[in-house]
Amino acid sequence: MLKKSIAACVAAASVVIAPMTQASEVEVLHWWTSGGEAKSVAYLKERLEGKGVSWKDFAVAGGGGENAMTVLKSRAVSGNPPTAAQIKGPSIQEWGELGFLASIDDVAKTNKWDSLLPGVVSDVMKYDGKYVAAPVNVHRVNWLWANPEVFKKAGASIPTTWADFIVQAKKIKDAGYIALAHGGQAWQDATVFEAVVLGVGGPEYYQKAFVELDMKALDSKTTEEVFKVFGELRQFVDANSPGRDWNVATSMVINGEAAMQIMGDWAKGEFVVAGKKPGTDFVCVASPGTSNAFTFNVDSFAFFKQSDSENQKAQKAMAQEILGSDFQKVFNLNKGSIPARLGMARDEFDTCAHDSMNAFVSSAQTGGLVPSFAHGMAVSEAVSGAIYDVATNYFNSDTSAAEGKKQLVAAVQSAM
Amino acid sequence: MTQNAHKRSGIADLLEAWLPKIILAPTTLAMIVCMYGFILWTGALSFTKSRMLPQWEFVGFLQFEKLFANPRWDVALSNLVVFGFLFIAISLLIGLLLAIFLDQKIRGEGAIRTIYLYPMAVSFVVTGTAWKWILNPGLGIEKLVRDFGFTDFEFRWLVDQEMAIYTIVIAAVWQSSGFVMAMFLAGLRGVDDSLVKAAQIDGANAWQSYWHVILPILRPVFFSAIVILSHIAIKSFDLVQALTGGGPGYASDLPANFMYTFAFNRAQMGIGAASAMIMLFGVLAILVPYLYSELRGSNRG
Repeated sequence: MLKKSIAACVAAASVVIAPMTQASEVEVLHWWTSGGEAKSVAYLKERLEGKGVSWKDFAVAGGGGENAMTVLKSRAVSGNPPTAAQIKGPSIQEWGELGFLASIDDVAKTNKWDSLLPGVVSDVMKYDGKYVAAPVNVHRVNWLWANPEVFKKAGASIPTTWADFIVQAKKIKDAGYIALAHGGQAWQDATVFEAVVLGVGGPEYYQKAFVELDMKALDSKTTEEVFKVFGELRQFVDANSPGRDWNVATSMVINGEAAMQIMGDWAKGEFVVAGKKPGTDFVCVASPGTSNAFTFNVDSFAFFKQSDSENQKAQKAMAQEILGSDFQKVFNLNKGSIPARLGMARDEFDTCAHDSMNAFVSSAQTGGLVPSFAHGMAVSEAVSGAIYDVATNYFNSDTSAAEGKKQLVAAVQSAM
Repeated sequence: MTQNAHKRSGIADLLEAWLPKIILAPTTLAMIVCMYGFILWTGALSFTKSRMLPQWEFVGFLQFEKLFANPRWDVALSNLVVFGFLFIAISLLIGLLLAIFLDQKIRGEGAIRTIYLYPMAVSFVVTGTAWKWILNPGLGIEKLVRDFGFTDFEFRWLVDQEMAIYTIVIAAVWQSSGFVMAMFLAGLRGVDDSLVKAAQIDGANAWQSYWHVILPILRPVFFSAIVILSHIAIKSFDLVQALTGGGPGYASDLPANFMYTFAFNRAQMGIGAASAMIMLFGVLAILVPYLYSELRGSNRG
């Protein structure tokens, strides 16, 4: 009896100790558990194992990663953070401020990350001037996905400004189709709102009002104009939209039930899976009035301080691998986004991705490259949450544009 | 020998005296730490500027001010009032009526009782998902009635900002009224037959004997049912999450959803903690009078 319980104790203890003694390991927290995403992660694992770094998967499912973040917080507070975790945008700064993140600046220096990444992206990856995170991809959020068949039947043309959008959408609605496929969830409402902000106000206004949170810009006539256009869109959405998932809305465009959807480039995956060809079966264009702009949503891994020197080495190997052109290509082909690093071979990517890459480079030069506030890239979670609340409440009620602006200013101010 | 036996019984006595305490100690400790300890912890957090993680910089009542300035919290609170009142009132009414009908010594009572009680065995997430489909205009009741030929029929509470909270009442009542029925049924079975008979001899009809004799006897059951239902109402979270996701917009948010969103999704732990404290006070406002009357009752007895 005694023997048995001692044996059990030893076994239990060794389970606890084992992960600490094992050499050169990365433990990676992420929430890429479905389809193409899971495949992309598996590829990174394969590459690292080829280099003798073992991979301990720490996947916590749940779309937006809230569950994963809750787990991460408890692990970090108890002094046992993973090697790397999927964290993006200003949250990287918040974790940095709390002192949890490890600098991988030497890897970045040797591999010249500063020249590989556009400044706006590398700024997000740095805390206190040092790289603490590595970007894996770039999503463009300001896309309009359209079914050309529906447009032809309705005698409409694909809109390039919001004023035109309203004209064309009316034609489509009169022809008996749903003009705008939309899922009434807060983040989707915010995604459309963001497209309107960018299309109506332009990148400069966007940057001032929704990134720098300049109260003067936020409390301006332009904001009211944005709300007016955003309010007009209510009539083009069908009554069943509240609560609908984004991919269901996408399938409405695919089936020809609806004409358009405003959604980031992850929607492309749905078209491709349905066997549709870009350019002929579906059209991807910049959302109205934003052809020279690019709202980016960059997924990244942030690196946590490690005490074990072997694990530090493994961490750096992982950082280097993530920005390697090989991984960037495979990962982004799977996920529908474009590589974060510039100057890569593009032949395997489709035309939508080519458009995205061109816009990424050109908008970076003209100042049209802006972080997406609807996807947690521009402002803290508190502020983006406040914007979500106002946008979703406005879109689902018949609040006036002036009132919408007032609510937005008040909400942002109290969340800052 | 006798000394030995005496000694052993001494140990046994001691053990007997201490055993209950020893056995209860871990639970008590867990309760003190995990319940009251964390209540205090949350209370303390609500006075700090904690954002993503706890931070011990105290800011007084700032988080409470922010909380009550937030229009979403207003919606959540007024939803709780509407939801709590309707949910408790309708569940009590339906539960009581079902119990009275079942108490008429009808055939197949066991089967019927099980049918009504069964929704309680389903989790709120399942209830919410099922009702989401039933109430969805494009899938459920509206489509069904329209398919029958009434093409003008409209039933879109689920997607209407003004009405969404009532869909939560519907689902919650469906789930809980069977449970209330079981409580009342147990209460009715405990009513002394002779009292009812005495009322009948005095010439009371069925209605009068229920209203004047039986229901007053059931008062403790009403009390327990209200306490149980009101804490279900205050902590309602999963039902909203599954049925409406708080939408359209945030029109059907309840305080628990608000708290979760702010504390865990939005890195505003201070406001989340403040809203949790307000919810706690809500529960206490119901529990304290209840406990007071219970304790006073037992003291008198």
